[in-house]
Parts: sequence; structure tokens; C-alpha cells
Amino acid sequence: MAMNKIRGAFAVPRKGETFELRAGLVSQYAYERKESIQKTIMAMTLGKDVSALFPDVLKNIATSDLEQKKLVYLYLMNYAKSHPDLCILAVNTFVQDSEDPNPLVRALAIRTMGCIRVDKIVDYMEEPLRKTLRDESPYVRKTAAICVAKLFDLNPTMAIENGFLEMLQEMIGDPNPMVVANSVTALQEIHSTAPETKALQITGNTLRKMLMALNECTEWGRVTVLSTLAEYKTSDVKESEHICERVAPQFQHVNAGVVLAAVKAVFLHMKNVSPELSKTYLKKMAPPLVTLVSSAPEVQYVALRNIDLLLQKEPDILNKELRVFFCKYNDPQYVKFQKLEIMVRIANDRNVDQLLAELKEYALEVDMDFVRRAVRAIGQVAIKIESASERCVNTLLDLINTKVNYVVQEAIVVIKDIFRKYPGYEGIIPTLCQCIDELDEPNARAAIIWIVGEYAEKISNAGDILGGFVDGFNEEFSSTQLQILTSVVKLFLKRPEKAQGLVQRVLQAATSENDNPDVRDRAYIYWRLLSNTSDSNATKNIVLSDKPPIVTTIHSLPPALLDQLLSELSTLSSVYHKPPEQFVGHGRFGADAVMRAAIEEQIQNARENPLAAAAATAGGTAAPAQGQNNVENLLDIDFDGGAPASAQTEPSAGMSGLEGLAGTPVRVASPAAGTTGQASNNLDDLLGVFGDSGASQPSPSGGSADLMNGFSGLDLSGNAGPSQNNQSKKSNDDILSLF
Amino acid sequence: MLSGILIFNQKGENLIFRAFRSDCRPRLADIFRIQVISNPQVRSPILTLGSTTFSHVKHENIYLVAVTKSNANAALVFEFLYRLIMLGKSYFGKFDEEAVKNNFVLIYELLDEILDFGYPQNTDPDTLKMYITTEGVKSAIANSPTDSSRITQQATGALSWRRSDIKYRKNEAFVDVIEDVNLLMSATGTVLRADVNGQIVMRAYLTGTPECKFGLNDRLLLDTGETSSNMNNPGGGNGLGTSKTTRAAAGSVTLEDCQFHQCVKLGRFDADRIISFVPPDGEFELMRYRATENVNLPFKVHPIVREIGTTKVEYSVAIKANYSSKLFATNVVIRIPTPLNTAKTTERTSQGRAKYEPEQNNIVWKIARFSGQSEYVLNAEATLTSMTHQKAWSRPPLSLSFSLLMFTSSGLLVRYLKVFEKGNYSSVKWVRYMTRAGSYEIRF
Repeated sequence: MAMNKIRGAFAVPRKGETFELRAGLVSQYAYERKESIQKTIMAMTLGKDVSALFPDVLKNIATSDLEQKKLVYLYLMNYAKSHPDLCILAVNTFVQDSEDPNPLVRALAIRTMGCIRVDKIVDYMEEPLRKTLRDESPYVRKTAAICVAKLFDLNPTMAIENGFLEMLQEMIGDPNPMVVANSVTALQEIHSTAPETKALQITGNTLRKMLMALNECTEWGRVTVLSTLAEYKTSDVKESEHICERVAPQFQHVNAGVVLAAVKAVFLHMKNVSPELSKTYLKKMAPPLVTLVSSAPEVQYVALRNIDLLLQKEPDILNKELRVFFCKYNDPQYVKFQKLEIMVRIANDRNVDQLLAELKEYALEVDMDFVRRAVRAIGQVAIKIESASERCVNTLLDLINTKVNYVVQEAIVVIKDIFRKYPGYEGIIPTLCQCIDELDEPNARAAIIWIVGEYAEKISNAGDILGGFVDGFNEEFSSTQLQILTSVVKLFLKRPEKAQGLVQRVLQAATSENDNPDVRDRAYIYWRLLSNTSDSNATKNIVLSDKPPIVTTIHSLPPALLDQLLSELSTLSSVYHKPPEQFVGHGRFGADAVMRAAIEEQIQNARENPLAAAAATAGGTAAPAQGQNNVENLLDIDFDGGAPASAQTEPSAGMSGLEGLAGTPVRVASPAAGTTGQASNNLDDLLGVFGDSGASQPSPSGGSADLMNGFSGLDLSGNAGPSQNNQSKKSNDDILSLF
Repeated sequence: MLSGILIFNQKGENLIFRAFRSDCRPRLADIFRIQVISNPQVRSPILTLGSTTFSHVKHENIYLVAVTKSNANAALVFEFLYRLIMLGKSYFGKFDEEAVKNNFVLIYELLDEILDFGYPQNTDPDTLKMYITTEGVKSAIANSPTDSSRITQQATGALSWRRSDIKYRKNEAFVDVIEDVNLLMSATGTVLRADVNGQIVMRAYLTGTPECKFGLNDRLLLDTGETSSNMNNPGGGNGLGTSKTTRAAAGSVTLEDCQFHQCVKLGRFDADRIISFVPPDGEFELMRYRATENVNLPFKVHPIVREIGTTKVEYSVAIKANYSSKLFATNVVIRIPTPLNTAKTTERTSQGRAKYEPEQNNIVWKIARFSGQSEYVLNAEATLTSMTHQKAWSRPPLSLSFSLLMFTSSGLLVRYLKVFEKGNYSSVKWVRYMTRAGSYEIRF
């Protein structure tokens, strides 16, 4: 401290903000000192480094003014790391305060002590913590309960050796509901960071205590208790019934967090009770879920994502509630999109007319993204509900007649899917063909070409239409090129006399002038098939074989993932529809471990074929997000917080160590997302050979376009850290040149 | 749970930075500024970068951000942020950049109290106000040990929302039934969606620890035939005899769903639909409800909008009040959208005043007082400038706002409010009904 004073006297000029603050902090007048502390905190918030004032602020810790004490504590929590030695001076005050007659002061002391992450302080925590855990005031006890979790985070062995975990477990039986809730919270946190401690074991006894506390504690406490109950594995049906019965009233709570936690608990325990009983619970669940849709937009969004999950498991729960999900004009876009998806999920033959009228209305709005999704929704409804398909097709035709470019394009893509399910709509083909000139998106062009090829025998000028596309073959996107190839071959097989020249031209263009391997490969396959003279029907059997009709175009999650997500209701994982491992580091504070894993993964990737690694990223739609991943990891490199506060002012201190890392593009998309995408891709691939490109999935070479998108996403996100940006650009170029 | 709470202004300046866990680095503030505030493309309120998740809410001119590193409970996070806004409003009147800057010490103090290690604690404004105060004078209470042990008892107790030593000379309770009626009407005049979001706000000035029972004309309750004798017993007090002014007085209302303040005993409501509670002192929201059946729409609107060529749009909007002629609505505002390229407008109205607001692309027609059963008409014409890119006009719906006293769209009525207390005092109760426009939209 003396050193610091001397340095202060010599190095710091005798003016400027820091000097004034210091003068105020040591002033003889109490009000001046308090004012200076406030100013110091203000400077701290603005990101100025005021850690140099540490000794002077610390002098003000022994005060009877509670407000001032809180401010000093706040400062202490922020800068303790930069002056670990000086913190020891504060210990005395903490220990004294923890025995203060005023419970607010006792609680404040123990609360703050746990937040000062300096070993020396931790050593002195044992006694005060033990005392406050047995304090007469419930306010102090509930604060101490959380403090055990803080201590465990800092020094697990100390927390276990001193028996604090057992004390917490006893506190579940505390007469005060808030103490119970906080004890459960702390135990749950310890349990999830270190499952081997078996901190939170629910027995019949603790279950009863928790159910009692449920009706009395604060709303936040209820959320904790409810989510603990949801995770509890019941021993028999009776217990499950009991839990459902006690939890169901919480559906009526005003806090959306409580409602969703209650829904989760009941939904998970419902599996064990009789079907009739679980049906009544499903019925009870519906109105509160609907009510969530009228809450604030952000809460609404979380609720809608969760409703989406619930509907995938129990499609009938909101059957009669379609109107609630109608989009309001002023809804934020993210809410509108989600509402659309839910409406399609609950569509049935009774409400389909209403829904179609509404969707048509949306399709006439101006927000392009929303309009496209609305059109797509019409197609999904058509394929979902057979009896409504005709009305859907008519609606789509109406929309095509509006001649709004993007509406027409989306409608054509959708109609192609409808053709794949229902025969008998060939009559509308002439209308579709009129719009050919307006289509400029690869998807829409591919769709119309597929239609022309599929119904070539019924379209008299099919040859002319396809001829037009063949002329510009090399200017097309590769997904369209694949489709042109297939359709021309189909036309040739159906009406050889018309397409003899055409087929030769297109095969020539695809094999000799095209450098996309997918297109070339497919062209070669057709070429071989067509040159097979031994059995002339073989080619026909392959290319014109009957295709199985598509079942649905509504996206749904694989059952295993769905079940996992249902047990995560109302968490971030349920919002993203992704398992938590994909976006959370292992262990709550194991940021280091995450970094290490990431580094290993990168090295692994680099060792394998770099192209394969890059291609894998394109498999999942998560590619751009993954890109950002890295950016943030780089920015956040010193998560462990070891550096003293003063070092943080150095720009990107940790960057240099990791630059090599960025050389390898991005982490491989995790398996769960990859497999779903991949599987359907493969399927499309197969179908594609037989004259059919995938419904809504990108065809194989569409994948490469995806890849580029992925990188452009990476590029954009890269602007956060300049050096990283360059690196990722370089790797982009590498990969592009490989193609 | 939460790793930190950050507050930003619109420019992206960090006003409040409170870390609750060591993994919330100061640098995260910059990341949020770059990735969300200065990035116009971000639309989702939740953004995960690496293993850090930012959940944000915008209020007035500030961003409130919660930082989490775990698979946090998203619903709880947003509820908490909204609770923080509510607390801010209750402390400072308005929770905006200025309020945050002027009260940052208090906000830090509040955050310290309502979150511990990232877990929300007691967030009840009335309780918090007992020991975290704006004036230095009052905080002296918290410094005396006896008072503060009482405060802490209350802050954690089963009745954490009420002090035990409240006394009033005159015991009164005011009940406000406020309904927001939502309407979506198609261009052809069919009602696509009509529902009511209601709230019952109570101001209780009652001595001691009163146990209240509250009765509505809830169909489920009446159908069980439980307490028909209560029909004629509105619980004493002169304010409750107003049932004749509401239209569905005779009938009963089906409530789709109700949500209650934490003081209501949910178990009892679940078992026999009795709303029983010990109220907090002063004003609080007792319940919210939703009704979708037999919604009485206070206004019928018939818009006729014709686009004449590409240079002119003609409007003729008729609006009719659908409630008893004894009532009148106030502050009726009809917003009639105009195309983006409107150059000028002319309006004629049979009542009230209409004005073109170019920044909103609206013709705003205001009628200060709108008595029941009357009908008014607006005729207007918008002249358009010609544009090189003739883009179709999206025709956003026409919207309405109003407030109407002594009318409930759902037909909901308060049947009784009974107060039971040891002191056995008599109390006076008042009920007021009001219907407002929620999202009252008519397509054309």
C-alpha cells in the first residue's frame, strides 16, 4: 500500500479525474467521500479503469451508512482481482459485518464475500458462512444458501469438507419458503456442475417439502422448484399423479416462466399417469399456453417456440385455437414467422378455410420474407390436408395472377410439391408456363422445368420450352442445370422424335463445357443409360419410374431429439430447437475446457482432408452461426478472468495465440444437425438421378452455394476482430480455389 | 443462471454493467454493441455467440440485456427483464436513459438485491421500497436493526407482499375492471378474430391482514350453481350496484383462462374456482383473464377505399357506436393508412377532426367524445405523387383506439368482494369498468 502511495505521488499528475476522485475519497467530510465513491462507480461503469483508487475506496468500507457500504462492496467485487493483496484488509470488516445485529448488513456481508474471487478471502469465509447458514433471520439464511453455491464454484473441496452441502440439504426442510427455494437452487447448481457430488437427491420427504414451498415462495423460486420437480424420476404412478395434481394450479400464474415450468413438469410426469388423466391435463394446459401468446413479444417468441415443440408431440392440443395465432400487423417478424409455422401445424379440415383466407391475406403484404413463407405455408397445408388441396391450388393460382414477382416464384415451387403428392392438376400447367419468363431464381426455374419434364407428354410445346433453357445452359445455377438435364432426358424418353437434337446438345454442354462435377456426373450417367442398346426399356424404367408421393413438407424434428428438447422446455435449448451441448460449454464455468476442446477439434479438422472439413460445415444450416462462434471465442479469449483489470485495456491481448486457429475454417457442424440435413440430402440425390430434385431441400450442388453463403456469413461476422477477419478470408480463398 | 445485466442507450453506450458471475467479462459489452445495436439485421431478441447468449428487450430508448452462459430458462430471463422495467417505472416514473443515468447508484443497489449469483430473488416493488429508497431520509429505517429484521421477515415470508401492521381509518377497496378488446376484421366485414384481454386492478386500503373473496359472473362457477344467493349481495358498499350499465348483466361469461397475482391461492381456484387472497397494500393487478366468446364490439367500422389509377385514393369511412346511448367513449382515434407516396390529402368529417400525419403515413381522425348509437363519417382523398418504381401498396389495416367507461366487452361483472378480518370492520368497495382498444384492426 505504501508503495502504491509513493507511486501515486510521483507518477500521477496532481490534476485530472483520478486525482480529484482520490482527493474526495480521503476527504474529511463524509458526504464528500460518499459523493466520490459514487463518481468512482460511475467511471467504472463507463469502462474507465479506476482500479488505482483501490486503497482509497477501501478506506471507506467501515461505515454505518448502508448505501455507502453497498457502493464500496460493488467496487470491491469489480476490482478485487487487481489488488488481491489489499483485499485482506477488507476481511475484517466482512467478518464483523456478518455478526452485525442488522440482518440486512449480515446478508450483505455474506453475499459480497462470495463474490470476491480471491483465495485469501475464501479462506476466511468458512466461519461466517457456517454462522449465517444457521442465522435466525430467514433473509440471511436464504442469502447464505446461495453463497454455498458461490463457494463451491471457487473452491469445491472446501465446500464439501466443511459439510456445507449437507447443511444445504437440511435446509430444504426450512420453515421459510424462500430459504427452501434458494437451497434447492444452490443444490441444483452444484449438482449440475459436479454431478459426482450427488448434491440434489430428492426423496419422498424432500419432495413433500418442495411441494409445500411451491405455493408460498416467490415466482422465481417457483420456477426453480418446478424445474427440479420436472427432472425428478418418480418411483410409482401415485407419485406422478400427486405431482401433476399439485403443479397444475400453477398454470394460472401470471409469470410466463412459472407457467412454462409448470407445463414442463406436468408434461413430463403425465407420461406415467393413466391416459384419461393425462388427457385432462392436456386440456388444462391449452388455455394458459394460448394466453402466453398475448404477452410481450419476446416472451411470446419463447412461448411460440415451445408450443411448436409441444405440438410436434401432441398435435391436437390447440385444435380450436387457430385464430389466436393470426399475425397482427405490428407483430415483430420473428413472432410472425413462428405463428405461421404453428398455424400450419394446427390446420385441419375444419379450420382450413379460415386459414387459407388468412394466408392469402399475408401473401399480399409487402415484407418479402414473410410473403414467401405464407405462400410456402399454403403448399404445406395442401399437402397436409387432402380435402383442401383444390382450394389451396386455387388460392395459389389467384396469387400467381397478381404477377408480383416473388409471389409467383414461390408459388411455382410450392405447386411442384403439390404435383408430387396429388395427380390431376395438370390443367393448370398452361397458366404456370406463362410465367416462365419472369422466373429468375434457381429454385423456381428448377421447379417449372421439373413440371415440364414430368408432364412432357401432355405439354405440346415442351420441346420449345426446354430448348430455351438448353440454349442458356451454362448461365444457369447448377441446381437448375441438373433439373434441365433430367427434364430433357425425360422428354426424350417420352417423345424421342422431338428431342433427339436437344438431348445431344444438353449432354454435350453438360459434359464438355461445364466444370461442376455433380452436373457432369449426372450427364455421364444419363449418357450411358441412353447408349445402352441391349434393353431399351431399362432406361425408361429407371428415369420414368413411379415415384413415391411425398408425405409432408412440414419440418419436424427427429423423435429422439424432440424428446430431449421436451425435457428442456422453456430453456434456450427449446427456443433454438437444438440440444444444449451445441451452444453451451461443458460444465457451467468450464470455459477453458471449451476452448481446449475447440482447439483440439480444429487441429483434428486440419489433419483430415481440409475440403471434407469445409464441406461438412455446409451440411448444417448452422454454418454462419458456427462462424460467429469462432469470432466470439477469439474476442472472449480470456474468459478465465485471470488478467488484472488494468491489463484489459491492451487491445486484443489474447489474439496472437490463436491466429493459427482461424486458419482452419470453422468447427464441424455437430452431428445432430448434420445427420438430418445429410440424410435428406442423400435421398434427394437418389431421387434426383431418377428425374426428381428434392422438394424443399437443396440438391447436392445447391450445397455448394450454401457453402459459399456460409462463408459470406463468416465474413460478415468477422468484422468484429480485424485480424481474425483476414484469416477467415484467406481460408475462404483456399477452399474456393480447391473447387 | 444469469451472468450479468447490462443496460445500453440507443447509441450503444454502456450505462449499467453488473456482472453476477466471473464469466461475464467487460468485453461482452462491446460484443453486444457490435453484434446487436449497430447491426440492423438482427431481429431475434435472443442471440448466441459462442457459448454466450444475449437476451435483450428494448424499452423507451434503452436496451436491457441479460447475459447467460448456460442453457438458461429463456422465459424466466425475459420475464425478469420486464420485471426490471416495471421496477424502474415504479421507482422513477419513467424508465429511460435519463432515469438510468440519474439513478445509477440506486439501480446497482436494486440489482444487487433482486439478483444473487444470477438467481432472481424478491422483485416485489412494494417490499423493495421498504429498504431501498430514493430519498436518503427513508433509508434510515433500514439502518435500525429492529426495523430491518421486520423488513427481512417480510421480504422472505409466506406473505412477502404485505406488512402486518397496516392501519387505515377508513377501509376502502377500489376495483377496476379494464378490458382490452382485440379485433381483426377482414375486408369483407367478417370478424376474423375478436377477443378480450382483461385485467382486474385493485387498490386496497384495508387494515390488518384481511382475507378477501372475490366473485365474478364466471360461467363455470355459476353453472355449478354454487352461490346463487350471492347474486343480490354485492358485498356492501354503494359502488357495486352498477350492473345495469353493462350489457351482459343477466348472463354469465366464459373465461378462457385466468392468471392471478401471487397473493391468490391457486390451489383453491383450481379446486372450486373461488378467488381468495390476502391483498398487498395499495395498488396491484389482481388477475388477468381472456375471453373469446360473445365479445361485444363497441364500434363497427365500414371503410370503403378505392384506388383510382395511380394518382389518387378515395376514402369513405363510416363508424358506428354499438353501445347504449347513455354511455360515451372518449379519445376515439381512427388511423387510416395512406400510401407511402401520398403528396397531400383532403378530409371532411361529420364529427371530430382529421389530420394527415406524413411521418406515420396516416390520416388521423380524432373524436373526443363519441356517444352511444351515433354514427359518423369521414370522406377523404389522398393525392399521390408518381413514382418511378410503382410498388404495390400493402394496405395496412385501419386501426382504432378508444376508451369507454362502464362497459365490458366480455360482459364480465364483479358480483361481490368480501373482506374478512379479525377486526371485523366494515369496508367500502367501489367498482369501475372500462373497455379500451387493444389491437382493433380492420382490413380494407
